[in-house]
Amino acid sequence: MRTPHGMNAPDAVLLGFCTALRAAGVVVTHDRAAGFLEAASLLDAGDRASTYRAGRATLCGGPDDVTRYDQVFCEYFATDALDRPRPRRQEAPPAVTTALELEEGEVGHGDDAGDGERVAARASEIEVLRHRDVAGLTSAERARMQALFAALRPRPPVRRTARHEPWRRGRVDLSRTLRATLRQHGEPAPVKWRRRGAKPRRVVLLVDVSGSMSGYADALLRLAHALTHGCTRGGGQVETFTVGTRLTHVTHALRLRDPDRALVAAGETVPDWSGGTRLGETLQAFLASGGRRDLARGAVVVVLSDGWERGDAALLGEQVRRLRRVAHRVVWVNPHRGKAGYEPVQGGIVAALPHVDALLAGHSLATFAELVEVVADA
Amino acid sequence: MTLGTASVAELAERLGATGYLSDDDLATVAYLALTMQRPLLLEGEPGTGKTALAEALAQALDVPLLRLQCYEGIDATQALYDWDFPRQVLHLRALEATGSDTDTESAEKDLYDERFLLARPVLAALQRSPVVLLVDEVDRADDEFEAFLLEVLSTYQVSIPELGVVAAAEPPVVVLTSNRTRELHDALKRRCLYHWIDHPDLEREVAIVRSRAPEVSETLARQVATVVGRLRDDGVGLEKPPGVAETLDWARALQHLGATELDLATAARTLGALVKYREDTDRVRAALDRMLGV
Repeated sequence: MRTPHGMNAPDAVLLGFCTALRAAGVVVTHDRAAGFLEAASLLDAGDRASTYRAGRATLCGGPDDVTRYDQVFCEYFATDALDRPRPRRQEAPPAVTTALELEEGEVGHGDDAGDGERVAARASEIEVLRHRDVAGLTSAERARMQALFAALRPRPPVRRTARHEPWRRGRVDLSRTLRATLRQHGEPAPVKWRRRGAKPRRVVLLVDVSGSMSGYADALLRLAHALTHGCTRGGGQVETFTVGTRLTHVTHALRLRDPDRALVAAGETVPDWSGGTRLGETLQAFLASGGRRDLARGAVVVVLSDGWERGDAALLGEQVRRLRRVAHRVVWVNPHRGKAGYEPVQGGIVAALPHVDALLAGHSLATFAELVEVVADA
Repeated sequence: MTLGTASVAELAERLGATGYLSDDDLATVAYLALTMQRPLLLEGEPGTGKTALAEALAQALDVPLLRLQCYEGIDATQALYDWDFPRQVLHLRALEATGSDTDTESAEKDLYDERFLLARPVLAALQRSPVVLLVDEVDRADDEFEAFLLEVLSTYQVSIPELGVVAAAEPPVVVLTSNRTRELHDALKRRCLYHWIDHPDLEREVAIVRSRAPEVSETLARQVATVVGRLRDDGVGLEKPPGVAETLDWARALQHLGATELDLATAARTLGALVKYREDTDRVRAALDRMLGV
C-alpha cells in the first residue's frame, strides 16, 4: 500500500505517531521525525521494542519528554506491555487526604498587587490540580499591570570569577606584560594590570502558587517575568519554579517576551494552580535532584511564599537549611509581611526564618522594587 | 575504516567484553549513534555510568578516547586550538640568530605552521578520527560554548583562519554527558540522540559489581546491591542517592575488610564509601538497622 505522497505504510504509521507525540506536547521537529524514520529503519521495523527505542533516542530531549513519549507510545501502538523503568521523577509523593481538614480562617486583604479580593488563606493538604484562570483580568487591568512592571529595572547580582580580566589597576598581569615584552623582542613593555572578573550570578525563584497565595500568584509571576527579562538583558540567568503540591519548571514559559503570553504559558504548565501547600516536600524534591540542586548552587534563591505549610513544618525548616547551604543567599518574600501587625507565627515561616538571609514583604509594587534591589545587591 | 558494529547485540557484547554492562536500551542507542553518525547525549543522575560508557565505547571500538571536560567559562581556545606563542617567538629568535636570509613573508607564513598549533580535544578529534570524543558535563559550559559545539557537531569541520579548514575524514564518535544543571539548548539536543541513564536494576547492578570487582563474592555483591537499591527509594530521603560508582566502592571497601557477608557492624564502619553527607550517614544507619537488624 502506498500513500499519495509515495510514502510506504510503515513510515506513514511512524509519522502519525510523531503527530500524536506533537499533540502531547513533545516538540517534534521535522529533522527529529526524519531521524526517527532513519533509526527505525536501521533497527528491526517489525519489533515494537526497537521502534520504541529508536523513537526514544531521536524524539526526546529530556526526562519530561520521555514520560510523555512512554504514554503516547502505549496509547498509539495500543500496547501496555512496555514495562520499563521510567526516569526517576523526584516529585512529591501523592497527597494523603485527611478527613480532618483545618480551616485557618481568613487573613487580610490582597490589596495593591492583588485584585482587591479577599484572600482566603486556607492551606490544604488535598492536592487540587487545576490550571490558572486567565479570564479574570480585564484589559484595563492588564495594561495597568504591564505599565507598572515595566517600571521595575531588575539587574542581575554579580559574583567574582576565578578568571582575571585586563584592567587599569589591580595586580600585575605577568603573562600579558611578558607577552608585550616578547612582542617587542625583549624591550621592557609597560606593566599590564589585571583584576578578578565579574559574572552575573544565577537567580532561582520559587513561586508559591498554592490556594493561600492565589491573590498574589499572578503578580508574583509577573515579577518573575520582569526579573527573568531584566536579568537576561544584563547577561544573567533566572530559573523559575512554581511550588505548591508539585514542583514545576516554568522558566521556558516566562522567557516569552510578552508578559501576558508568558503568564498564560506558565499557567498551562502548572498543574497544581491554587492547590494545597506542601512546601517542605516540594523543596525536598527540588533539592533531591542533583541537577536542580546545582541550579541553586551559588545562586540567589528567592522563595515567594506566605509560609502557610500544611505538611511538616520541621521538614520545611530542614529543607530551607539545606537550601541555604547550597545557595549564596536565600531571600524569603512573604506577601503578608507588609501588613500592619504581621508576626511571623505561621508554622512554616517560623521553621524557615532562622535559615533565611532576608525576609521581605511582597504585597505591593514598592516592595517588589525593594526585592529587585536586594537581589541585585546580593 | 568505518566505526560501528553489525548489530545491537554485537555492540552490547563488545561493550560487555570491556566490563561495561549495558542494557538493551542503551546498547540500541549507542548502536544508532554509531550507525547514524550522530552525537549521543547522555543524561542521568551522577554515578550512573555516563562517562564510563564513552570509555567503554572507545575500548570496544579500539580507538583512542579524547576527553573534553567542560566548565564554566570554557572557550574555543581550550576546546579547539591555540597557537603556541612562546615557540613562535622562539622560532623568530632562532631565525634572527642564525641570520638566515628568508624573506619576511615566508618567515611569517612559517609562524602559522601546523607545528605551532596546539590541538585541543575537539580539533584533535577531527584530525585523528576515528576516535571517541567525550564532551563531559556539557551543561557546565556557557551558552556560547554550546553554540560553538553545535557548529562543530553539525559539520564536523572547523576553520582556522591562518591554516584553512580542518575536516574530519570520518566523523568521530561523539558522546556528550550532562547532569542537567542547566537545560541544554534545543538546537544542540536536536542534533543528538538522547538517552536518559537510570540506576540499574538489581540483577544488572549485581552483574556490574561482579564484573568490575571480581574479588567480591556473589553473596556480598547481591546484598550490597539490594541494600543500595532500597536506599535509592524515595522513602529513605537521601540528599544524594548512591550511584553505581558508590556501590562498587562500598563493595570493594567491604571486601578489603574481609567481609564475605554484609553485617551491621562492618556496614556501619564502611558507610563513608557509600554516602558523602553527614545527614545521609545518619539516615542510612537508621535504614540499615531496619534492613539488617533482627
